[in-house]
Amino acid sequence: MTTLTINGKTIEAPGGTILEVSQANGIRIPTLCNHPALAPKGACRLCLVEVKGSRVLQPACTFPISEGMEVQTESPKVRAARKFVLELLLSDHPKDCMTCEMCGNCELQDLIYEYGVKETPFVGDHHEYPLDDRDPFILRDMEKCIHCRRCIRACDEIQAVNAITMINRGFRSKVATSFDTRLQDSNCVFCGQCISVCPTGALTEKDSHGQGRVWQTTKVTTTCPYCGVGCNFDLNIRDGKVVKVTSNWNNPVNKGALCVKGRFGWQFLHSPDRLTIPLMKSSLWKEHKGTEGAPSRYEGFVEADWETALDAVAKGLLTAKSEDGPDAVGILASAKCTNEENYLIQKLARREIGTNNIDHCARL
Amino acid sequence: MTLKELERIRAKAQKELAVRGVEISPDSELKPPRPGEVRVVLRNCGQIDPERIEDYIAKDGYFALYKVLNMTPEQVIEEAKRSGLRGRGGAGFPPGQKWFFARQAVASRPAPADGTPPAYLICNGDEGDPGAFMDRAVLEGDPNSVLEGMAIAAYAMGATQGYIYVRAEYPVAVEHLQTAIPQARRLGLLGKNIFGKGFDFDVDIRIGAGAFVCGEETALIDSIEGRRGEPRPRPPFPAVSGLWGKPTSVNNVETLANIPQIFLNGADWFAGMGTEKSKGTKTFAIAGKVKNAGLIEVPMGITMREIIYDIGEGILNKKKFKAAQTGGPLGGCLPAKYLDTPIDFESLAAAGSLMGSGGLIVLDENDCMVDVARFFMDFTQDESCGKCPPCCLGTKRLLEILTRMTQAEGTAEDLQTIEYLTENISTTSLCALGQGSVNPVVTTMRHFRDEYESHVYKKFCPSGVCKGMFHYEILADVCNGCGVCRKKCPDKVIKGDKKVVHEIDLPNCIVCGDCYKACKFDAIAIRPGPTPKSRLPERR
Ligand SMILES: Cc1cc2nc3c(=O)[nH]c(=O)nc-3n(C[C@H](O)[C@H](O)[C@H](O)COP(=O)(O)O)c2cc1C
Ligand code: SF4
Ligand code: SF4
Ligand code: SF4
Ligand code: FES
Repeated sequence: MTTLTINGKTIEAPGGTILEVSQANGIRIPTLCNHPALAPKGACRLCLVEVKGSRVLQPACTFPISEGMEVQTESPKVRAARKFVLELLLSDHPKDCMTCEMCGNCELQDLIYEYGVKETPFVGDHHEYPLDDRDPFILRDMEKCIHCRRCIRACDEIQAVNAITMINRGFRSKVATSFDTRLQDSNCVFCGQCISVCPTGALTEKDSHGQGRVWQTTKVTTTCPYCGVGCNFDLNIRDGKVVKVTSNWNNPVNKGALCVKGRFGWQFLHSPDRLTIPLMKSSLWKEHKGTEGAPSRYEGFVEADWETALDAVAKGLLTAKSEDGPDAVGILASAKCTNEENYLIQKLARREIGTNNIDHCARL
Repeated sequence: MTLKELERIRAKAQKELAVRGVEISPDSELKPPRPGEVRVVLRNCGQIDPERIEDYIAKDGYFALYKVLNMTPEQVIEEAKRSGLRGRGGAGFPPGQKWFFARQAVASRPAPADGTPPAYLICNGDEGDPGAFMDRAVLEGDPNSVLEGMAIAAYAMGATQGYIYVRAEYPVAVEHLQTAIPQARRLGLLGKNIFGKGFDFDVDIRIGAGAFVCGEETALIDSIEGRRGEPRPRPPFPAVSGLWGKPTSVNNVETLANIPQIFLNGADWFAGMGTEKSKGTKTFAIAGKVKNAGLIEVPMGITMREIIYDIGEGILNKKKFKAAQTGGPLGGCLPAKYLDTPIDFESLAAAGSLMGSGGLIVLDENDCMVDVARFFMDFTQDESCGKCPPCCLGTKRLLEILTRMTQAEGTAEDLQTIEYLTENISTTSLCALGQGSVNPVVTTMRHFRDEYESHVYKKFCPSGVCKGMFHYEILADVCNGCGVCRKKCPDKVIKGDKKVVHEIDLPNCIVCGDCYKACKFDAIAIRPGPTPKSRLPERR
């Protein structure tokens, strides 16, 4: 156990950084470049604290605690330094929070508010980048980027793709792909991990723009319907409709990570083309029921109920088996099913029907 | 390799060297030692052929390594500490101490099971300070002294693999290292079981792509790992967790080149040179308005006056000394009152500057201190890695203010903003680049505040540098009518007959300064106020 004092309070901790120990003891230290899913970087300087004996202020997110250490997290010096950093960030930031997609959900905005940075004392250049909407799914507004490098680290540490990095030095440095190409011309896989960790409106979900503020939507945690991995995420719902998928960092399955389908492929939910009722060929229905059946939007098909539809399938399978032998039947299972479901389908093929004609599309 | 063999090679090489001699290339920047110089690090440069390891052995090369391998690593560390040697890369940290920490870290971990080295030694040859070329001189002229220093350091700290990080702008240094390393391997001075003492050590070269920040040791480590060089927060210190997470010591070229000499001649010999806390010698690259510029090596504790006026032979064109900028872009500008201060780590730091890697730029009365500060800020802003806002954005804001001031647009408020920025940048930046970036501004503000105020309140650049903020006037009581200025003036706006006082037609003068430079009688003065045709400042 290490004993230290934070803001005069004696604390015992087994180890860790000043930030971790502070958080565990209910002491809030502001952060921007830090993210629980990423290795600390010490870049943004918002978490600076006073460590007795140190000439400069130290970042709480990377500084390990040690025996007898004396830390001040809210001294006037510390608050002034944080305000200074925020003033600098604001001096190179578009002040269009009103229309920014991230308004109300932006870590920079929250800190500017908390530290009361109304005006920046610095006049000078600010970055002017055109809105980068050349890619599907991801909108990049690099004028809003605060260079925290969370996206870069997510792409590296979580996704192991390394599609984006920092290019250039000094004021010209910028988050970009190599040679500043479109994401689709890099090795980006559009997993959107970068969006999920971006603290500002620099990286956002293209299809969700203007669809709802964070306080206008409710989050419903659910399991991705696409594949058997069973990633969890939060559906963001406004007026009964899904408008966005966001990472759910607390679930044990995928710990916030998603693939392009899970994160961006939600539009089918409200598609008028989506099948919500089983359809049967009109002739098949007539054969089973002797009636015309309820017409559907699709020519030659009628709307059926599950009972009739499944009956028809079972009958068809049994007929095929008895007339032409079990190998007349083949079953193709889906990657959208869980392992358990696929196991059962395989049982159906091998044991009930008696064929080894069972396969799987293996991917989506 | 055995001691006997090494002695045989030395004897043969000494004879051969005496007959052959060494031709110093006429375009070599390194001149023979001048009075007042003491050469330890540069002793072999120009005296041996750097592409023949035998020449180095003729100068007792690798005998120190032999001696060291007969000591325990602890004894080596002790001897290095006792010599009082401090790192020459900038921070002045004792290398013995660094090796001690690294050695402790190696001992505290299990030996790597995968056959990777337990620790690394890195030689920092990035030398990014503009105008500095001491490390290049050593790498080009005596690469083996660095290799031997590295082997000794590696033995002390427990490393088996070394890297020399050299910037790509030093192709000759790279070439000489590429010759020296295989030669040392062939003689068994690098590789497995050196001198049969069971010590393995090999060296590879890593070429940097020319970023100043990659000289910062943690950024350098990133760069060797194949990533973009960006400083890492400390702790963990590289000695505990550096290259690929292993204990790592980063030592400067000049530091390492000192090591063999310390072990050949003994720690006491080394500690006999210099001041109480700064031992040995230091190389400096003197540049600027000094008659005899170039590379020198002098004992620590020498004064700036001795360097500039004795070794450097004084200021060019009989001008007045104004300041010396030491320590490179992160150092400071020291005015005349520091001329007699001994140069060592403490005194320079106390004066607000740095030893740095040993750049020394001499400034005279025609250097504008606001413009000098702007120049260095331009450099650091360009070289900031962009990781932390205080440095990336703070230096940008400082640069903008300084640029405005040199363009006659500075305000009183700007003076306050400069102070606000410098104070905060130095305490909130991640690495020494950001923290030190303000030093040129802070020192010029401290020692030459009148110049800043003149720029802001009078829109007058008293040194005659900032365009549009001054004009020239021929002093009637000094001008003897020699006519040189009239002939030099490109726009022919100086009027006057032979032996009669000349006059500038101010409305048509473009303030190019040719007359001012040409007048041998100091008859042209710098006066406030622009002329209508003053060349407009370049917009940055
Ligand atoms: C921006 C920056 C640039 C640096 N450049 C160099 C360099 O070019 N060469 C060097 O040896 N040290 C450089 N250093 C210092 C290194 O970080 C490190 O302290 C040094 O290499 C340690 O070697 P030493 O102990 O032998 O001095 C630089 C430091 C900073 C902050
Ligand atoms: S979408 Fe995924 S792969 Fe593409 S840049 Fe972002 S994190 Fe990297
Ligand atoms: S795009 Fe977002 S996550 Fe990436 S560096 Fe900029 S602000 Fe940070
Ligand atoms: S101080 Fe400058 S160079 Fe150092 S990490 Fe910060 S931005 Fe990079
Ligand atoms: S949160 Fe610690 S430096 Fe950014």
